[in-house]
Amino acid sequence: MTTVLTAGLGLKPQHYDAALACPAEGLWFEVHPENYMVAGGPRLAWLEAIRARHPISLHGVAVSLAADGEPDPGHLARLGGLARRIQPALISEHLAWSTWRGSYHPDLLPFPRTREALTRISDKISRSQDALCRRIAIENPSHYLMIDGHAWDEIDFLAELARRTGCGLLLDVNNVYVGARNLGYSAEDYLDHFPGPLVTEIHLAGHSRDPKLGDSLLVDSHDAPVAPEVWALYERLIRRIGPRPTLIERDDKLPDFATLLSERERADTLLRTPLAKAA
Amino acid sequence: MDLLPPGALAQFQDAFAHALLAPGAKPASPVAALAAQPAFAVYRNTVMKGCIDALQANYPAVARLVGEEWFRAAAAVYVREALPADATLLRYGASFADFLARFEPAAELPYLPDVARLDRLWTEAHAAPDEEPLDPAAIARLTPDTLARATLHPHAAARWAWFEDAPVYTIWACNRAESVPGGDLDWRPEGALLVRPRDAVEWTPLDAAGVAFLDACAAGAPLPRAARAALGARDEADLTQLMATLLAAGAFGRMSFTSESLSVEENR
Repeated sequence: MTTVLTAGLGLKPQHYDAALACPAEGLWFEVHPENYMVAGGPRLAWLEAIRARHPISLHGVAVSLAADGEPDPGHLARLGGLARRIQPALISEHLAWSTWRGSYHPDLLPFPRTREALTRISDKISRSQDALCRRIAIENPSHYLMIDGHAWDEIDFLAELARRTGCGLLLDVNNVYVGARNLGYSAEDYLDHFPGPLVTEIHLAGHSRDPKLGDSLLVDSHDAPVAPEVWALYERLIRRIGPRPTLIERDDKLPDFATLLSERERADTLLRTPLAKAA
Repeated sequence: MDLLPPGALAQFQDAFAHALLAPGAKPASPVAALAAQPAFAVYRNTVMKGCIDALQANYPAVARLVGEEWFRAAAAVYVREALPADATLLRYGASFADFLARFEPAAELPYLPDVARLDRLWTEAHAAPDEEPLDPAAIARLTPDTLARATLHPHAAARWAWFEDAPVYTIWACNRAESVPGGDLDWRPEGALLVRPRDAVEWTPLDAAGVAFLDACAAGAPLPRAARAALGARDEADLTQLMATLLAAGAFGRMSFTSESLSVEENR
């Protein structure tokens, strides 16, 4: 299959029927593989039905790349099993940690970007790619905290991981915007310096203001439409690096499928305009 | 060059994970300065909300019985005791029923842990391996002699339970269906059967004979022994009707047959 992936949507159980029937060209769906790591039943049946009509991206939250220690072989085996079953177009993970000493923390947690972390993460990426027999992409996280002890800047760190492991990068433009606003750097600058050839996927999402701290703390809440500022950054990015499969993420305060589809069409149109330089 | 010594990553993660669930970080903690930043609350809130949302999704009948506010407050206590073991949050909360059984504010609702157990059985049935249910016609075709040597194996998704102290099935089923029991609730023991013969989990009441029959089948007992177990639990049980009901519900997966000699033994 040589379908070109343009803009995709996060797949929500509430939208299965509409998603299954949607004829939009270039449409693809992203899921967290962990939600489908079951022995059988309707979840897997739904995903396989969608997969028969649309490409799927597996966007993992639990390899816990940045956690010290060995990767969990059981988790990698389950991920590999699902990938063999679904044959996803894309597989990605986060530059973060979530599972630690046998407990899963449902978030993408930060860490100091040190040489120790770099060694650990590149080893885990390599082992993941070996287990999956393919390249995966690593996503830049949102930032909320000023962490002392970073020995690497994030872009250099990601580029070094790609150099060591051959992985691709998933560039989340909303995460860049949120992190830049929270920590006080320039999102434009960050995006202008991000290594375009390594980018294999882009994420767009909505954010919200912290209920207590307001504008001084933005939260990557995925509960709103993509903000105008993030759309502007996205246009600037794809003018520079060319079109990439782009996902609209929405996890909370879900609108109906048609509303998400129209937001997705905006990205799709941008990806198909000649202004988006060929990759 | 790294500013942090080797082994610092694990120390950072130990301290960060601790601070996520504790009100404040220990003063000497490598994350003390981070936990003091107002933004640390984003991580605390996200982790707590993710866990509580998962429990609420996995225990809908419990949540409906006690109300969302009570449920989420109780869930927050549970989360601090038992974080998810992995990111498949559908599996989260295996010990929630046991937690409710010793959670003092829940003491007024002694049936609540068993309602939680039924919510859990629903999840197990929902995520169980796919299996074709046993065709009732396949049983009908067996000769009496073969039937006496047959073991019916419960379907991979079939779950059942007996509740001695309260009409837990009725309470659970009403809350699962978001309805209220019709008339006065008859305070008697009840059993429940959950099956997933196709995509959707289905449920039906099950009497003591049915529970004993399925327990025996799950232990590998051939039909005559399973029948004796059913009659032992309820001596007026109608075995023909029971078999027909269980087969129609899709409670069985495959059949196997014991050897001739054992069947003679069984029939004595």
